[in-house]
Amino acid sequence: MAGSRSRAAGQGRVGARLADGLRAYRMIAGMWIRSTMAYRASFVMTTFGNFGATALDFVAILLMFSQVDALGGYTLPEIAFLYGVAGIAFGLADLAIGSMDRLGRRVRDGTLDTLLVRPAPVLAQVAADRFALRRLGRITQGLLVFGYAVAALDIAWTPLKVLMVPFMMLSGGAIFAAVFVAGGAFQFVAQDASEVQNSFTYGGQTLLQYPPTVFAADLVRGVTFVVPIAFVNWLPALYVLGRPYPLDLPTWVAFTPPLVAAACCALAGLAWRAGLRSYRSTGS
Amino acid sequence: MGTGRLYAAVAAGGFRRYATYRTATAAGVFTNTVFGLILAYTYIALWDERPHLGGYDQAQALTYVWIGQALLMTLAIGGGGFEDELMERIRTGDIAIDLYRPADLQLWWLAGDLGRALFQLLGRGVIPMVLGAFFFELALPADPLRWAAALVAVFLAMLVSFAIRYLVALTAFWLLDGAGVTNMAWITGMFCSGMVLPLNAFPGALGEVVRALPWASLLQAPADALMGRAGLPATYAFQGAWAVALLAAGRLLQSVATRRVVVQGG
Repeated sequence: MAGSRSRAAGQGRVGARLADGLRAYRMIAGMWIRSTMAYRASFVMTTFGNFGATALDFVAILLMFSQVDALGGYTLPEIAFLYGVAGIAFGLADLAIGSMDRLGRRVRDGTLDTLLVRPAPVLAQVAADRFALRRLGRITQGLLVFGYAVAALDIAWTPLKVLMVPFMMLSGGAIFAAVFVAGGAFQFVAQDASEVQNSFTYGGQTLLQYPPTVFAADLVRGVTFVVPIAFVNWLPALYVLGRPYPLDLPTWVAFTPPLVAAACCALAGLAWRAGLRSYRSTGS
Repeated sequence: MGTGRLYAAVAAGGFRRYATYRTATAAGVFTNTVFGLILAYTYIALWDERPHLGGYDQAQALTYVWIGQALLMTLAIGGGGFEDELMERIRTGDIAIDLYRPADLQLWWLAGDLGRALFQLLGRGVIPMVLGAFFFELALPADPLRWAAALVAVFLAMLVSFAIRYLVALTAFWLLDGAGVTNMAWITGMFCSGMVLPLNAFPGALGEVVRALPWASLLQAPADALMGRAGLPATYAFQGAWAVALLAAGRLLQSVATRRVVVQGG
């Protein structure tokens, strides 16, 4: 009785903190949206710039395919499928908490302290910091490439495969978000190492744009079992595309991304709390 | 202080300033290595499919990847040089103070940027290149003269890179907010310098055009100088001509711009 009551109270506390965090996130993000919308022309230009900058990767792939018919045994529409899913998943994470890499700067210049004294979860405040709608440019670009891939491919759609598409994009977004948060936690320790975080986030996205057959087995193992970004698109997308799995993995791994995403988020959350607890102000 | 010594001191300052951030440099080395690895594997897949694409064999294509990682920050191809700071000074009006200094504005920033570039070459270029040579079979020359020739090309590339970014930064006199322009300059630079694919491998007329643009001086020229794929006099002449033309354009734009400066009283 007592146990279940305290557990319920514990759940209530977690729920309340989550609601708190979401409310703070909504308010801060809303503020940043209003402030960007004050300069509409600049907003349109930077959104277009964001779209263009991300589209450059795909232009690079198109250039490659102007010279070859297949890369690692995959055709252009198949690679576009992988590219689109990776782009959308990363874009969702980037939109939601893309400002995490600024944490190191806040630790260095001491402005993190102002967030600590505010009555809202620090993670929500850092995540919503400089919330930028222009990041929709990346998602739009991913959606366009994905649309092209679906139109160009001849996929034998089953209900399961159809369902797989939104699920892999959302769990992929959650996996990337966990990487962002873990990177933020690392910056409590490393301070000016935001580029290490970028190699896992932006680097990870770049890696996933290409099929696993392109990379060495050890690298594929690393992104499957260590930093599990292979679950963002490779493993579920290869099921939709009907392609053989890397590392002789069984087919059922295609259905595990939501679980992997949940586990990643839990671990990232723990890392974040450890990082925050270890934080000592610069005192300057 | 002699003029030469003044600019040498500014360059040394630029070098030391970046040398201070050791963790950031280590993080950068890690990033360049990761991106180099990813790019190297895609190039292997590409060259497996099309051997001798763009006239490179696979070892040369891989060498190109690691030269690109060594020069990305050195030449600030994706941004990250002095330009943000200069734009900020133009926006806030601090530029008026710079104009009163008994030093030439363009040379001052050039000296500082050369110091920065030199540090980035040593701090962020050498280790990824060594690691690249460890993981893959590269086509690096044994002849020290070839390395010296490539370094000259890298120096000329630094001048062209600076000249482009100086022009970009000066647009802040008219636009005030330079975020949009730097963004566009970054995209153009990445694409036209051959960071995504060697310019030799660009197809048809597109290839002809990008190989004639100033950005071809940045990565393609030093890479070809190191791998001995192009005549040195022609390479240097191409880079030198763009450096002179763009630096002169910067000087012209600077004199137009500074006539617009209105110093506001406090």
